[in-house]
Amino acid sequence: MAGPLPIKGVRDGLLVTLPGGAWHDVRATLLATIDARADFFRGARLALQMEDRALGAAELGSLRDQLAERDASLWAVLSSLPSTRAAAADLGLQISLTTPRASEEDDEAQPEAEEELPQAVFLQRTLRSGQSVRHPGHVVVLGDVNPGAEIVAGGHVLVWGRLRGVVHAGAAGDASATIAALDLAPTQLRIAGQIAVSPQRRGAVRPEVALIRDGQLVAEPWEGDARR
Amino acid sequence: MPGKVVTITSGKGGVGKTTATANIGVALASTGARVVCLDADIGLRNLDVVMGLENRIVYDLVDVVEGRCKLRQALIKDKRLPELHLIPAAQTRDKTAVSPKDMVRLADEMRPEFDWILIDSPAGIERGFRNAVAPADMVLIVTNPEVSAVRDADRIIGLVEAEEKGPAKLILNRVKPEMVRRGDMLATADVLEVLAIELIGVVPEDDTVLVASNHGSPAALDGKSRAGRAFRDIARRLNGETVPFEDVEGGDGLFGRLARMVRSGGQA
Repeated sequence: MAGPLPIKGVRDGLLVTLPGGAWHDVRATLLATIDARADFFRGARLALQMEDRALGAAELGSLRDQLAERDASLWAVLSSLPSTRAAAADLGLQISLTTPRASEEDDEAQPEAEEELPQAVFLQRTLRSGQSVRHPGHVVVLGDVNPGAEIVAGGHVLVWGRLRGVVHAGAAGDASATIAALDLAPTQLRIAGQIAVSPQRRGAVRPEVALIRDGQLVAEPWEGDARR
Repeated sequence: MPGKVVTITSGKGGVGKTTATANIGVALASTGARVVCLDADIGLRNLDVVMGLENRIVYDLVDVVEGRCKLRQALIKDKRLPELHLIPAAQTRDKTAVSPKDMVRLADEMRPEFDWILIDSPAGIERGFRNAVAPADMVLIVTNPEVSAVRDADRIIGLVEAEEKGPAKLILNRVKPEMVRRGDMLATADVLEVLAIELIGVVPEDDTVLVASNHGSPAALDGKSRAGRAFRDIARRLNGETVPFEDVEGGDGLFGRLARMVRSGGQA
């Protein structure tokens, strides 16, 4: 089983494309992927792209239970095989995404995850200590992110305010994700697998953007063209 | 007009919830309003001690909720202010003896009889907190100018918003003007910058508060001390008056602010 599973953020959850091969191995890979990024998958709604795999209701049901043990819910099963679709429907699962484009035509499933994170959430409030936001796409906050609050996003995170909590951008592994804030003074920042704490500030407060440059998580003045 | 239920809470313990409840109760009652202070800290009661009414307790909150006595029997009349009352917490039970629903029912029973129902919340974010907040029309958050207390206050404000009891109002308690001036303590502005809620009182650290609590006669009774005055101002603001804030921090000049910036390295 080479490489990580392709994961896309779609409107209602995460779309995971499963590779071919014995079901036993594929299932193990999927569960291992989720265990390895437990934080990101906690509370996630999963849609699984099964291609033409033949699965019965018993197998799908046990997979759903195993996902539930990991705090993730199985929401949809996409398959070109009528029998698998029927089994999924029997369990009350969706058999297509609400955005039809993603399921029908993209069957070859290019793992070009980044441009496929279509939706951003927009929050106009103060995120307070103990509050947490998880979203597979981008997150935009108009307000402050206080110490003790956390944001976990599959894409970019933009805070139009003070960022003092913990933010994880590109949480599904996207190292091109960035974190920008008018006042970037976080407890801790993470982008993909990199972790950094913010240094003592010197000088005046100014907008900054954090990104991975040459394998290092760095913060730079925010010049408005962060997507370089 | 039915009475207003005001819950005083904080998240962190030891920031002065009970003292604030007693003093605001005294300040409101001394203007002639009918006030009841309700101790929701079941198992760790001490509002009765601070108000100097411990030796009059016969029935408590749990007795009322469980129907062993009438509400009227559990109400303890203050010896100095005829309009001030206390419902003490039970000492031998714990928070699970009462449910949020019980508290709402009890508060509804008291509303016609009183102008103000002040609820002293226990520390923490569990059952006791939820009991105390359930019947609230307004929530006052008490905090101290310390980073850990402010962090807990922020958490509580979020929980109060989630219970749709917001927006909460802030009492900043035990401010030491000297330390703020030296830049060793968070200033009011620093706390408000993080919490971003309306301020309803700033109470300076004042030894008379401790002494008064130990004697069971809250500082707001005479209103001579700075803290006593601050609590009386809070009571007036609760009544809808516009009362200017006393300059507790005392001339926060350029020097003080510079000193703070240098010490905190620019971080609040």
